[in-house]
Amino acid sequence: MILTLEHVTGGYGSRTVVDDVSFTLHPGEVVCLLGANGCGKTTLFKMILCLLKPKLGRVCLGEEEIANWSRSRLARSFGYVPQMHVPPFDFEVRDIVLMARASHLAPFASPGKEDRRIADEALEYLGILDLASARYTEISGGERQLVLIARALAQQAQWLILDEPAASLDLGNQIKVFHAINDLAKTGLGVLMTTHLPDHAFMYASRAVLMSEGRILAMDTPSKALTEPMLQKAYGVQVSVVEIGVHPGIKPGIKMVVPNQL
Amino acid sequence: MATMPSLDKALENRKPHRMASGKTLAVLVVLLAVVAIGSASIGSYPISLHDWWSMLMAPSAGGTPEIVLLQIRLPRLLACLLVGCGLALAGSSYQGLFNNPMVSPDILGASAGAGLGAAVGILLGLDFVAIQALSFAGGLVAVLLAWALASGLCRRGDPVLMLVLVGILIGSMFTALISLTKYIADPLNKLPAVTFWLLGSFASITTKDVWLAGIPIAVGCIPLLLLRWRLNVLCMGEQEARTLGVNTRTLRFIVIVCATLITAASVSICGMVGWIGLVVPHLARMVVGPNHKILLPTAAIMGGCFLLLVDDVARTAGALEIPVGILTALIGAPFFLFLLMRERRHKA
Repeated sequence: MILTLEHVTGGYGSRTVVDDVSFTLHPGEVVCLLGANGCGKTTLFKMILCLLKPKLGRVCLGEEEIANWSRSRLARSFGYVPQMHVPPFDFEVRDIVLMARASHLAPFASPGKEDRRIADEALEYLGILDLASARYTEISGGERQLVLIARALAQQAQWLILDEPAASLDLGNQIKVFHAINDLAKTGLGVLMTTHLPDHAFMYASRAVLMSEGRILAMDTPSKALTEPMLQKAYGVQVSVVEIGVHPGIKPGIKMVVPNQL
Repeated sequence: MATMPSLDKALENRKPHRMASGKTLAVLVVLLAVVAIGSASIGSYPISLHDWWSMLMAPSAGGTPEIVLLQIRLPRLLACLLVGCGLALAGSSYQGLFNNPMVSPDILGASAGAGLGAAVGILLGLDFVAIQALSFAGGLVAVLLAWALASGLCRRGDPVLMLVLVGILIGSMFTALISLTKYIADPLNKLPAVTFWLLGSFASITTKDVWLAGIPIAVGCIPLLLLRWRLNVLCMGEQEARTLGVNTRTLRFIVIVCATLITAASVSICGMVGWIGLVVPHLARMVVGPNHKILLPTAAIMGGCFLLLVDDVARTAGALEIPVGILTALIGAPFFLFLLMRERRHKA
């Protein structure tokens, strides 16, 4: 099913944070959303997830507008990976992942054997099954991020929405997570994620959306959308986009952003 | 992976191992039975093993031990069990709902409202059942008021935070009104009556009271137990819980209604018995962890045990009965401190 945003406009109170955003996402795509702090990325996510009502415009999945869908139907469509935070209670990691099953269970039911299998599979997919009975409050920030991604997988949704999945990860875990995301997209999942680093988009995204002050500045394949003038406009700094030459072991034509006068 | 077994071990050693849920519950049920039989046996008229034996051999023979047990001790025991289980259950649910381990079931003003209802009833010279009904209604009104105000104020922002703030506000307003009723009460007979009532006691419990309070408490407990796994998801915070497919508004409403039924009914038969809803969930969480699936039944049984034991002390420690509300605070507060210190030691 195709995810369509039509002239989505919204914000808080009288303040408009997202202004007339339209785009279409297809299953199997990995789309990176970029932009300076406060440009409306998170607000846009909130409207896609129906946590915030758009003032104008609409969000559709397939032909249907999702505004009036039930919470469980929305959760079966969108797996959301928030930026990690620490809850006040020391749940076990497996219990955190099992929360993903809420949308698949009847109101009075609790997860059973099959749900636990799905949760363990998700943990194994990300290589953290050995953390299953650790306390979520006691593992590292990077591990927590991986747990939240595992939880979104256990939700078995068609779309993955990730809010800066790489924010607190070390290099190894970053690469692991992005490879996992790419593999998932190959199985037909649609992925929409925010990132602060254009390099991530160059390396892993099929498309990039660059936002500035609530509007879409550019939207195309990463190398077409994230050009030097566009990045300068979005972030207000001087940068160069350089192409890495031929190197054994890496895909040719990969680009990187380097600040000027370094 | 070669490192897995050692890592597994390292993780298990981080904290004392949580007990397996089935075993814990079995142990607790046995403990509760022992405490209940023990509590039934002690008091100003002790029931010996021999008495138990003859009662078992010849039921309804109508001896003194049987009359004491059935007419005086059993209603009191049941009331303690109901209130203890109910308050612990409501407290655990509230701590999950408000995402805060420092919350007790009267955070939205249920106790203060129920207390005011009772104080007004005593002031007006109503009979005992009417006082209880007024107290129950007072608790419901206080929480409804908090809910309505919070919903009205909270067009956006964190609804949970707003509820807590408005709840504290309503609570202190109703507490002030209780003081006002005390101030205008006749100091010779009505003021002491109000004061003793608020201190909390199970001394005058009858079988009828058990029924009157037991029904709303049971009605409050059942949905909480049925929905308990979903409370886990609420612990992740309002927005995250919604993205996980939980209708937080409905769930929050049900939990608040249930906890309020339990709290108001408890206050209406035994006065303000504090601390149970705060301390017992902590104790339970320490034994079985925060998963509400197992936490709620554990807390309920522990709450029943705790209040039975405290009431035993209230009945037997002095020549006069000590108000149970004083004891729960005297025992509960230091015990809570001990739990917090223990928790800290394990974190360090």
